[in-house]
Amino acid sequence: MDGLVIKKLGRRFGKVDAVLDFDLHIRPGEFVSLLGPSGCGKTTTLRMIAGFIDPSSGSIELDGSTLSAPSGSVPPEKRGMSMIFQSYAIWPNMTVAQNVAFGLHLRKLSSAEIKQRVGAVLETVRMSHLADRYPAELSGGQQQRVALARAVVIRPAVLLLDEPLSNLDANLREEMRFEIKRMHDEFRITSVYVTHDQGEAMVTSDRIAVMNNGHLEQVDTPYALYSRPRTRFVASFIGRTNFLSGRRTNDAIDFEGFSVPVAAIGEGVPDSGPVTVSIRPQAMTLSPAKLGNGSGVNLAGSVKESSFMGETWDYLFQSNEGGQEFRVVAPPADVFAIDAPAWLQIDPAQIVPIAD
Amino acid sequence: MTSIPDTAASAWPEETARVRVPWHRRLQPANLLWLLLVAILVILIVAPMSKLVIMSFTDGKLGGWTLHNYVEAYGNPRHVTALTNTLKMGAAVVVLKLLFGVPLAWACTRTDMPGKNFVRLGVFGAFIMPPYLGAVGWILLAGPNAGWINRVWTATTGLNDPLVNIFSFWGLVLVTAIGGFFLVFVFVSSAFEMISSEMEDAANILGAGPFKTAMKVTFPLVMPAIIGSAVLGFLGAIALYGVPALISIPARYPVVVIQLTEFFSFPLRLEVAAAYSIPLLLITMALLGMQKLFLRRKGFVSVSGKGGERRVVKLGRWRWVMFGYCFFVVALSVLLPLIVLLLAAFSTSWTKGFSFDNLTINNFFYVLFEHSSSRQALTTSIGLGIVAATIAILLAFFIAYIVQRRLLPFSSLLAFLAVSPYVVPGIILAIGFYAAYALPPVGLYGTYIILALAFVTRFLPIAFTAAAAGVRSIHPEMEEAVRILGGGRLTAIRQVVGPLLKRTLAGAWLLIFVPAAQELSTAIFLVGPKTRVVSVVLLDLSEEGEMEKLAALGSVLLLIIVAVVAIGIKYLGRDFMLRRN
Repeated sequence: MDGLVIKKLGRRFGKVDAVLDFDLHIRPGEFVSLLGPSGCGKTTTLRMIAGFIDPSSGSIELDGSTLSAPSGSVPPEKRGMSMIFQSYAIWPNMTVAQNVAFGLHLRKLSSAEIKQRVGAVLETVRMSHLADRYPAELSGGQQQRVALARAVVIRPAVLLLDEPLSNLDANLREEMRFEIKRMHDEFRITSVYVTHDQGEAMVTSDRIAVMNNGHLEQVDTPYALYSRPRTRFVASFIGRTNFLSGRRTNDAIDFEGFSVPVAAIGEGVPDSGPVTVSIRPQAMTLSPAKLGNGSGVNLAGSVKESSFMGETWDYLFQSNEGGQEFRVVAPPADVFAIDAPAWLQIDPAQIVPIAD
Repeated sequence: MTSIPDTAASAWPEETARVRVPWHRRLQPANLLWLLLVAILVILIVAPMSKLVIMSFTDGKLGGWTLHNYVEAYGNPRHVTALTNTLKMGAAVVVLKLLFGVPLAWACTRTDMPGKNFVRLGVFGAFIMPPYLGAVGWILLAGPNAGWINRVWTATTGLNDPLVNIFSFWGLVLVTAIGGFFLVFVFVSSAFEMISSEMEDAANILGAGPFKTAMKVTFPLVMPAIIGSAVLGFLGAIALYGVPALISIPARYPVVVIQLTEFFSFPLRLEVAAAYSIPLLLITMALLGMQKLFLRRKGFVSVSGKGGERRVVKLGRWRWVMFGYCFFVVALSVLLPLIVLLLAAFSTSWTKGFSFDNLTINNFFYVLFEHSSSRQALTTSIGLGIVAATIAILLAFFIAYIVQRRLLPFSSLLAFLAVSPYVVPGIILAIGFYAAYALPPVGLYGTYIILALAFVTRFLPIAFTAAAAGVRSIHPEMEEAVRILGGGRLTAIRQVVGPLLKRTLAGAWLLIFVPAAQELSTAIFLVGPKTRVVSVVLLDLSEEGEMEKLAALGSVLLLIIVAVVAIGIKYLGRDFMLRRN
């Protein structure tokens, strides 16, 4: 199989499984993020792909040849990959140009070609004018660009990024996200990006692999993760959501105070028994009077809490029947007073059954 | 769903580093390397020290176990007196070192005293000046009859009784203290530099005046440094050989190191010397252990942090009083002994005073070209300094790298061995080396090898501490970046770690070279007739009463060391030696 194939990968530290039964196929040229809270095993997985950690079970293959397995691994320097580190790891004893040229020198390229490629890549990251500076004379963002240039100039088989933006301030982080995206669009290098920031993962990735407690929760495109989360963890980690518990009856799901036909919800509804669903705060509309149209679920109730977030309102709505509470996001013009009566309309297509 | 508690999660990177490499699958040469390093450390440390302990329980003539050596060593009241004398002397020296070092450190770091650079330079001079040369200077200054101070006293007052006598308990204490207070200065001033003014401001805002703040906040915070340097100062004082050799014999104040040389003179009683030195070793270990315990109980976190902004204390009129005290200390420890030493070096007879017909360069001519062994001794000392510093740094770098990167199993054992000579006074180390390697079947007595080995061991802890701090300061990702781009570990060391640590290691090299080129106590029992080092020749000249020639040879040694240090300062910056690792 082409691309990076990770099969049943596992790594134990003492008695703890840092990573367990991790399966992922990254296609050539694809940009995949490993997303999860700290300690979820994403960095361990990345370091296994890089070859700095050997797996205790499973394997990693690149374009059909095995790189890592418990029986033995190709050392990092023989993998033809490159990596951007959290600390940037720019060598302070070398100039910007020397840092970037390092990998090319190791590949024994002619000095003419090295010069040409270093010049070109520094042009791409807009660092040409600083080629002879030492890292100590650069800002954090500039160091980050050097790290990027140094990693892509060797045209690696796989580019690994270990939380590369976590040491930057908010504005710069925003800018560098798009920079990374732009570099990927330009070079189409197979990339694995580790982050705990869903915003970064959303902007940069073709697909996101959400990890928790050492195992893979779900791999999907950013939009699919948001709109069709499959587990409680994914639903709550990507964006915010409301969880509702109900029970499947013949062709409907009964919740406290209302029920929704299965046909309106779509796929993923279990045949019987209890059901948990996720409803995004953005999937509901709050209005002063009942909106009478179509198949939507309409609940009468009142607003219990409100916070103005600057670009939206954040309301806590409680239904009269059943007393269910919902977090709802509304545009700034939709102003509701506390305890004011209100109607909540839920789009049934955005009710997503999830596994607990 | 269970979740891993935060503590476990945050512990992972640490754990990652530890078990990253299942070592048994590492290349076999790595294990051989480990064995090689262990073997080197056994030769350097474990063998001599265990031989010392074993020998102290061995019957010299018949072989077999015995306690007789201890009876012989401590059955004689004179020998016990030497031990108690040593402890008394050590305690007095510590007090004096603190009186010199702490106020100077405070004045140079926390006040607006004028002439701070001069004082720092003076302390630096005290570091470069070998203690035995300071002692010689003070013999010329305060010898009971011909000493300069006493002659000026007699000339001005007409009184015949000398004003000062260096050959006394207090003379011994003074000269020992001026030769070692720079350590107190280095430790305490770096502690002062770590204390942020905000901590003092916090006390001020709550109503504490400057004096109360100093007593309740500032000094308690530097207390660990003061205690640490006091312990080291004590150990340095009781282990010193040169100063007692010059002063305590004429002062009729026997101390341990002199007693040890007596066991080493004819008839050689090696086993008794070993037994006699064990209590000194135990005292050293106990003191360092107590210091560690004390510091662990109180968490002096603030001193380990990066200091915040510091304001200086305005001394007002007292600025010059403070400077006067600092000048007094620098004069006692460096200026006065150095001036009389140089004067003597250029005199036909040092007792004649300063006049043109007394001026000569014959002393230099004599020690450099005529004296049977002094030129060779100079070469030996400088050569040994270079060799010992280089080997110690290289060995320490390898061990520190392996320990810090956890490349091999049980690497903390390597670290422990590398710093353990720290607790062994030089003269006891020499006895251990003598016992283990001097005699047949190894038979290294009188060779350069045994001296080099002993010197490397003596200075390995300094080298290891510096190298470990250096390696620790380099983020492992710096090397991982090399490896992922296609370079091996050796490439990473050559291209990144090496260049980044160049300055640190060069600074440590100088920190070893300076004391190694002057080293006396480790050398005293190990030199043979053909391998005498310059410090031993200097002591011989003093016994022969050739003070002018001694001064000339001492000046040449100082000149060489100053030249090396000056080159070091040019490339490494002024501060590299007055920093604590």
